[in-house]
Amino acid sequence: MWDYTDKVKEHFFNPRNAGPLEDANAVGDIGSIQCGDALRLMLKVDPATDVILDASFQTFGCGSAIASSSALTEIIKGMTLDEAYKVSNQDIAEYLDGLPPEKMHCSVMGREALQAAIANYRGEEWKDAHAEGELICKCYAIDSALIEDVVRTNNLSTVEEVTHYTKAGGACASCHEKIEEVLVRILKENSKTPSFEKTEPAPVPAAAPATASASSEKPKLTNLQRMRKIEEIIESLRPMLQRDHGDIEIVDIIGKNIYVNLKGACMGCALEAATLGSIQQKLFEDLGEYVRLLPASMMEMAP
Amino acid sequence: MKPIYLDNNATTACDPAVVEAMLPFFTEQFGNASSIHNFGNQVGLAIKQARAQIQALIGAEHDSEIIFTSGGTESDNTAILSALKAQPERNQIITTMVEHPAILALCERLEKEGYVVHKLRVDSRGRLDIDEYKALLNNRVAIVSVMWANNESGTIFPVEEMAELAHAMGIQFHTDAVQAVGKLPIDLKRSKIDMLSLSGHKLHAPKGIGVLYLRRGTRFRGLLKGGQQERGRRPGTENSPGIIGLGKAAELAMQHFSTENNDVRYLRDKLEKGILAKVPRAFPTGDLHNRLPNTSSIAFEFVEGEGILLLLNKLGIAASSGSACTSGSLEPSHVMRAMGIPYTAAHGTIRFSLSRYNTLEEVERVIAAVPPIIEQLRKISPYWGEAGPVEDPAKMFAPAYG
Repeated sequence: MWDYTDKVKEHFFNPRNAGPLEDANAVGDIGSIQCGDALRLMLKVDPATDVILDASFQTFGCGSAIASSSALTEIIKGMTLDEAYKVSNQDIAEYLDGLPPEKMHCSVMGREALQAAIANYRGEEWKDAHAEGELICKCYAIDSALIEDVVRTNNLSTVEEVTHYTKAGGACASCHEKIEEVLVRILKENSKTPSFEKTEPAPVPAAAPATASASSEKPKLTNLQRMRKIEEIIESLRPMLQRDHGDIEIVDIIGKNIYVNLKGACMGCALEAATLGSIQQKLFEDLGEYVRLLPASMMEMAP
Repeated sequence: MKPIYLDNNATTACDPAVVEAMLPFFTEQFGNASSIHNFGNQVGLAIKQARAQIQALIGAEHDSEIIFTSGGTESDNTAILSALKAQPERNQIITTMVEHPAILALCERLEKEGYVVHKLRVDSRGRLDIDEYKALLNNRVAIVSVMWANNESGTIFPVEEMAELAHAMGIQFHTDAVQAVGKLPIDLKRSKIDMLSLSGHKLHAPKGIGVLYLRRGTRFRGLLKGGQQERGRRPGTENSPGIIGLGKAAELAMQHFSTENNDVRYLRDKLEKGILAKVPRAFPTGDLHNRLPNTSSIAFEFVEGEGILLLLNKLGIAASSGSACTSGSLEPSHVMRAMGIPYTAAHGTIRFSLSRYNTLEEVERVIAAVPPIIEQLRKISPYWGEAGPVEDPAKMFAPAYG
């Protein structure tokens, strides 16, 4: 059984404002039957003042989805639309004294229904706000824009967290690699230049074709220099891993493949791939050539 | 009010007689069965008796075919990995889409390692297509692993027939029978089944004890290496209290076999009919003519399972949901999806699994409790109107997920 707070249970057992709302003039439908959560939020807005006079919901979903919907209607009644627009998923979760991490997506759904209803009232197409991103999670139709937004507002750093907040990656899991890419991009952005003047999108990770131009700029290293350089880069990253009680060691360097062992807490960590990915990124930036960072266990499989 | 436990496919209560049989083996009978002195010897003899009790329950020809393990998951993993290790020239596995995760998650990993896994599909009633199975049998298949009965729908698979077909092609056959043992007649000496998994806690023995049946002569490579326990096939000092408990539970299961198949079945049927008569837009899932006598899986359309379970729990009624929302994953159960149950119903599937401890009075209480709960949740479901589902629910309510 979930570790629901008393407040969540109370709102589930005695949902406020459940059922259709007569003379609603704003409706937001969110969710999908496939993932087992769907919410219709209905608002009655005073056209003169933009104040939400009444709110109600209909929800198909688990206990926390129903509790989040109920909480949402209580939070926004009496607010103006502009005030309501600022209600975040964390506000909903906090109102309920917290939600289990696996259920945070219920609060996200609440916030989205609210934004959809407000857009509906204003005659806007809410979906447009999110139409730009690449579709990441096909199972739940979640695009990169939503993931980026949720990662930024909640300071997420793992695929698991992204799944808990957005459901992305919660079904077939084949998009985990793409989610990791989004995470790596945002984490890099944050740690490097939290500058506001950046007008261009985050730098696209150097892809393989960049090799030619990069290597032409840098003097070619001898084998020994190259190996020392790789050692140096890995060495400089170890403190970061050690802070998280992990570590890394180089086992061998064969051509473009660098084989390493992740140790300590890094072993079997769900973020192993993301860790390797970000170290690899650092390696090809500093080396100026494309290399692959692989777990040593893959040495046997090498041709 | 006394709580009602209808989740026996998840786990069962330990029978008081089982607990009583085990107790001395925590205290005065603490010896190591491998020791030569009396402390050990008596434990060794008790284990021998337990082995015989289990041998009788599943109709094994020899008592040495019973290997004690930590439970169903270990037995399942051991069986499949053994078949691959013992026959390196074979790299294929045949299983089904509706197996327990102990099989499916292992197969997923093996696929990544390069093995080829064939998963048999099921129809809307959860049944396999034997022709599809026959077409997959070939000399590259190391093992077929098919559950005897499904834990969610209760549907029974024709494993004896499937084992014959595999045997004729020289392919090892394993069955995960954790739900079937004690409820269905099993006589392994008359079958071609090479390996069978059973789990103590599904038949009123404690958790943490199980058995891998291994037919004499079946090529085997153990999962663990160590001492000579279980004839070297499963080393590690015996879990003697667990083994004694499982032995006693096996003896009791034989005594109660007809109770399970008559009394429990009667209660299950009464429960199912009672609920279906009172709740519109609900249907039973699985093969109704060929399923476990204790299991009823009912899909309630347009509501989500967790809500039902929470409201039942408030009334002291324990059941479980086919909706994975309760288990942390988000898709509805892989079994319901494999049967093609629509999402609007799959999320609202509730499994009631009974045992010999349930009573008619309990069943009547549940029949009375369920309809108002479904009604209450449908009232707040966007897919449900005044008196029934909204017309063309998919169209009337087509939410966006941004």
